[in-house]
Amino acid sequence: MNRFDYVRPATVAEAVAAAAQPGSAYLAAGTNLLDLMKGGVMRPARLVDLARVPGLDAIEALPDGGVRIGARVRNSDLAYDPGFARRFPAVAEALLSGASAQLRNAATVGGNLLQRTRCAYFYDPASACNKREAGAGCDAREGENRLHAVLGWSEQCIATHPSDFCVPLVALGAVVEIEGQAGRREVPLEEFHRLPGTTPERESVLAPGELIVAVRLPGEAAGFAGHARYVKLRERTSYAFAVVSATAGLRLEDGAIAEARLALGGVAAKPWRVPEAEAVLRGARPGAEAFRRAAEAALAEARPSGDNAFKIELARRILVRALTLAAAGTPERLPALPASPHAPHPGVSLHG
Amino acid sequence: MSLSITLTVNAVPRTIALDDPRVTLLDLLRERLDLTGTKKGCDRGQCGACTVLVDGRRVNSCLALAVSLDGAEVLTIEGLAEGEVPHPVQAAFIEHDAFQCGFCTPGQIMSAVGLIREAQAGDDPERVREAMSGNLCRCGAYKGITEAVLEAQRRLAADAEEKAA
Repeated sequence: MNRFDYVRPATVAEAVAAAAQPGSAYLAAGTNLLDLMKGGVMRPARLVDLARVPGLDAIEALPDGGVRIGARVRNSDLAYDPGFARRFPAVAEALLSGASAQLRNAATVGGNLLQRTRCAYFYDPASACNKREAGAGCDAREGENRLHAVLGWSEQCIATHPSDFCVPLVALGAVVEIEGQAGRREVPLEEFHRLPGTTPERESVLAPGELIVAVRLPGEAAGFAGHARYVKLRERTSYAFAVVSATAGLRLEDGAIAEARLALGGVAAKPWRVPEAEAVLRGARPGAEAFRRAAEAALAEARPSGDNAFKIELARRILVRALTLAAAGTPERLPALPASPHAPHPGVSLHG
Repeated sequence: MSLSITLTVNAVPRTIALDDPRVTLLDLLRERLDLTGTKKGCDRGQCGACTVLVDGRRVNSCLALAVSLDGAEVLTIEGLAEGEVPHPVQAAFIEHDAFQCGFCTPGQIMSAVGLIREAQAGDDPERVREAMSGNLCRCGAYKGITEAVLEAQRRLAADAEEKAA
């Protein structure tokens, strides 16, 4: 790990001022940052520790029925908050499908949004990576790339964003509250992460020194609580990143789909909402035929970036699975294996 | 740069002068406080051997900067037993053969203590296995580990009931 200066600001304003200096990085729990620093992937000159900054820890109910989640709220505290989990069950399921209990006890909301890709070439300083070093090239293009992106990738970068949490958040219209030296601004999560294009080293719309202070979900997002799921296919049952994942939220009226919210994970450099697939479902009767049409629409633009063509059909099927489970209704209690396609689903026929 | 922090480690308050902010909680425990029961396995948050409780919650001590934890309470495997009497989780690990080589065991036990405090798994072995998935055991003692966690949880619940009565 490189040497760095350590500062511990006492207010958001102090933090933002400290981080405005070039080479600064914010430290929340550090579960991703320290890992990257130990590997020499990130070498910040100064760490701005958010541990003592007040006002970042609350889960607040909003007048519109929505919720405001402080940037330093821990993953497990959010997932196990009874009020939150009841209103936004797919978000809780996604959180509990991620990482391990130890990591969820430490990792924060803001850190989750800003976690870096798990592309092995990004993690290996001996490999060429445009994200780690602009203009260096991309060893993933001709390398081991069966888990890489199938949507929104470029010749310069085929990495994916690894978050589970962000997938239902983007489907539910989450908004990111950002504080910078110029004041506060808000960005919809859907526009927060950038696609790689020719500048894969720029991963979000954050300007240097800007700080995520909270993430908000609007009240209408709770309208999907009765039919909301997250499904995540992994290479082992627990404690692994998604090969592909999907969330589905449905609002049913008179047996038809009044509104659908759909997003995919593990397929692109950002959590991938699919409004075209949501449109397919509007007014449709829930069922295998409509779900398959939505899945076709969701992956219409997908193309392999390497040995990963299988992920396209896999993503369609995981989306159909998420829709089937959502239509059956959110379970009273999360399954023992949250988001697992292997979890038993009493009363749901998955192989019609 | 000299940084002074205070930590309560196994109920003993300590003031610690750090000459370098890079020290992780794991390295602080092992290298500076001679508490070598907490193990360094992968040092990257993947194996769980370094699990300790910080303010009552299980975390990977290899991925926490000590300087950032100023004021925290830390519980390690050394602080678990009451004198010579093993903690119920320790006793259950012995009874259920929940280890072979023993390297991952302090992390497994601290993780189990954290799991029981979280009170989310109930008596469902599948939930216990899922909640223990952050602790790898290369000897494959998982069956005994799951049994030990369930047994220790039952015993702690019975003890609590007895005390309340």
